[in-house]
Amino acid sequence: MIIGQYIESGVNWLTDNFSGLFDGINTGMSSLIELIEAFWTGIPFYITIALFTALALWKAGRKNAVLTLVGLVFIYFTGFWEETMQTFSLVLASAIIALAIGIPLGIWSAKNKTANSIIRPILDFMQTMPAFVYLIPAVLFFGLGTVPGAFATIIFAMPPVVRLTSLGIQQVPEDIVEATKAFGATPRQLLVKVQLPLAMPTILAGVNQTIMMSLSMVVIASMIGAKGLGEIVLQGISQLRIGLGFEGGLAVVLLAIILDRITQNLGQNQKKK
Amino acid sequence: MEKIKIEKLSLVFGKGKAKALKMLDQGKSKAEILDATGCNVAVRDANLTINEGEIFVIMGLSGSGKSTLLRCINRLINPTTGKIFVNNEEITNMSDKELLNIRRKELAMVFQHFGLLPHRTVLSNVAFGLELQGIEKDEREVKAQETIDLVGLKGYENQKVSELSGGMQQRVGLARGLANSPEVLLMDEAFSALDPLIRSQMQDELLLLQEKMQKTILFITHDLEEAIKLGDRIAIMKDGEIVQVGTSEEIITNPADDYVESFVENVDRSKIVTAGSIMFKKPKVARLKKDGPAVVLRTMRDLGLSSMPVVRTNRTFLGFVKLEDVVDLKKKEIKTIESIIRDSVMTVNPDETVEDMLPLLSKTNLPIPVVNEENHLLGVVSPTSLIAETTGKDKGEINEIIQKAIEL
Ligand SMILES: Nc1ncnc2c1ncn2[C@@H]1O[C@H](COP(=O)(O)OP(=O)(O)OP(=O)(O)O)[C@@H](O)[C@H]1O
Ligand SMILES: [Mg+2]
Repeated sequence: MIIGQYIESGVNWLTDNFSGLFDGINTGMSSLIELIEAFWTGIPFYITIALFTALALWKAGRKNAVLTLVGLVFIYFTGFWEETMQTFSLVLASAIIALAIGIPLGIWSAKNKTANSIIRPILDFMQTMPAFVYLIPAVLFFGLGTVPGAFATIIFAMPPVVRLTSLGIQQVPEDIVEATKAFGATPRQLLVKVQLPLAMPTILAGVNQTIMMSLSMVVIASMIGAKGLGEIVLQGISQLRIGLGFEGGLAVVLLAIILDRITQNLGQNQKKK
Repeated sequence: MEKIKIEKLSLVFGKGKAKALKMLDQGKSKAEILDATGCNVAVRDANLTINEGEIFVIMGLSGSGKSTLLRCINRLINPTTGKIFVNNEEITNMSDKELLNIRRKELAMVFQHFGLLPHRTVLSNVAFGLELQGIEKDEREVKAQETIDLVGLKGYENQKVSELSGGMQQRVGLARGLANSPEVLLMDEAFSALDPLIRSQMQDELLLLQEKMQKTILFITHDLEEAIKLGDRIAIMKDGEIVQVGTSEEIITNPADDYVESFVENVDRSKIVTAGSIMFKKPKVARLKKDGPAVVLRTMRDLGLSSMPVVRTNRTFLGFVKLEDVVDLKKKEIKTIESIIRDSVMTVNPDETVEDMLPLLSKTNLPIPVVNEENHLLGVVSPTSLIAETTGKDKGEINEIIQKAIEL
């Protein structure tokens, strides 16, 4: 295929000319991931469980706090605590970077028509691609390991927060925006004092989706050498050890439920206050 | 003193404005321009002068360009051509920075749907304009609290605005506008979203506040009653054009065209039309010392009058003489009319409305004299024209009705 050839030479050109850049990104990301991972695998499990439960109690209510406590204790007894923390660290690192890029992109596309008309089709394209396709450029740029896994995750998980940030800002009622301008707000004041606070519930819904998509991708990314629960599942599949695969999968599901409950209620809680 | 001046302002929405503007110059209609270019002419060659301290109302049907014109003044929308001056400073060529400053300090706006920040309290909404100016929290909250008290929201300052009723929300909107101590208030259908009762209350309060503050207020409405109640002067817009500017009375008694007339035809004229505008000016009078019964009788016969006002030489009004008395007097050969003057009649001043004059009809069948402060006669209002004003029938019809009544 001709297109394939072009893509290949394009990627080669990128890796040849920007290897310095990729190396930089590589070092930066791996040290961030290592830092986060060192923290979560470093502290004793009961402190982690206590922290999560407290957070759930604060943000998501008593029922979800109980769920969190039970879920994490269960994971601890499956024996995959360390893998779970690795996965969580990778999710955290990827989501932080995805949000750090995605939220400003969303703001930009809400405010600028040209930006919007460029970003929107790219997001559509990204969302229709099967998840593991992102693994290919990640491997080409960064080789195998955790960093390409995180890279693929960032790309995969970014669209919802971009989309929902943009949507949230555009949904701020026109008369409020107009009133704010009429009282002499600068574009920055408009954004910080009015648009972002009013868009916050929508943006937080985007944050939740981005975190959940990060988790699903981090598991897939073990195919290219990312550490964590994905490895267990992969082992279970390749070695036909059904029990192992099931336990790993269960831990993923539990982690997903816990993360979802806590982050889902971020927005709602904010609104009620 | 003039506060705001709008000169040859036109505003066209859409692409290909150049062609639309050219067609505007050629005097093509809004519909023709829309057909030919796809451009929507929202405001067309508007010229207005708004004086300091007045409430100036802009009225017109939906889509006539009122909001657009108003938004040109603080440049929420930039006019396509034309100039706007506030305090003789041209707004239309200001830099962004100057514009921010004038929006913060001089022009405040109140919106139909309030445009408040639902996630904030009343106090912080009212202080919002000051916050944008970078004024310290303590200082701005003191100022905001004063304004909250002024609009009657004392005790509500810590409520979230989303928990308030519409009327209260608009008080917050008004307070937010006033907190900046602006010179000009731009109010776009500010009371249109409110219940009739609350609406009328807010109108009264605005008038009360205005007595204290003497701001320049530009008020938009499509309700004539509201325009009449609030407006010192009214401009009427149609399809982007200003078709008439004047006091409510000028507009009602003398509508510029059919459009304006259709606007004013349903209004209760008796509350607006005054003695000054329906009186017969400079009526024939009998001068006390100069005109004897013979002269008076001849004038009355010539003009077919049954009564005539009597004045001193300096036009001070004294009363009426009736035809039969004059005839009597002449028979008795008395030389002055002093003895037959009926001086118990009520006088009115020129701003008295028709509604106020109606009760006088039952007390007298004489014309009602209109006098100024020095009691000089300015004119007379005949009972027929008074009835004509209240019923909307013309004088001929009324005379016919009276005639029939007499025959019966
Ligand atoms: N942003 C816009 N883009 C295009 N056309 C517009 C825009 N805003 C207003 N118009 C058009 O300009 C004309 C004047 O609108 P405007 O809102 O000023 O009318 P209005 O007199 O305030 O009406 P209403 O009483 O409904 O508020 C209308 O024909 C309207 O459709
Ligand atoms: Mg309008």
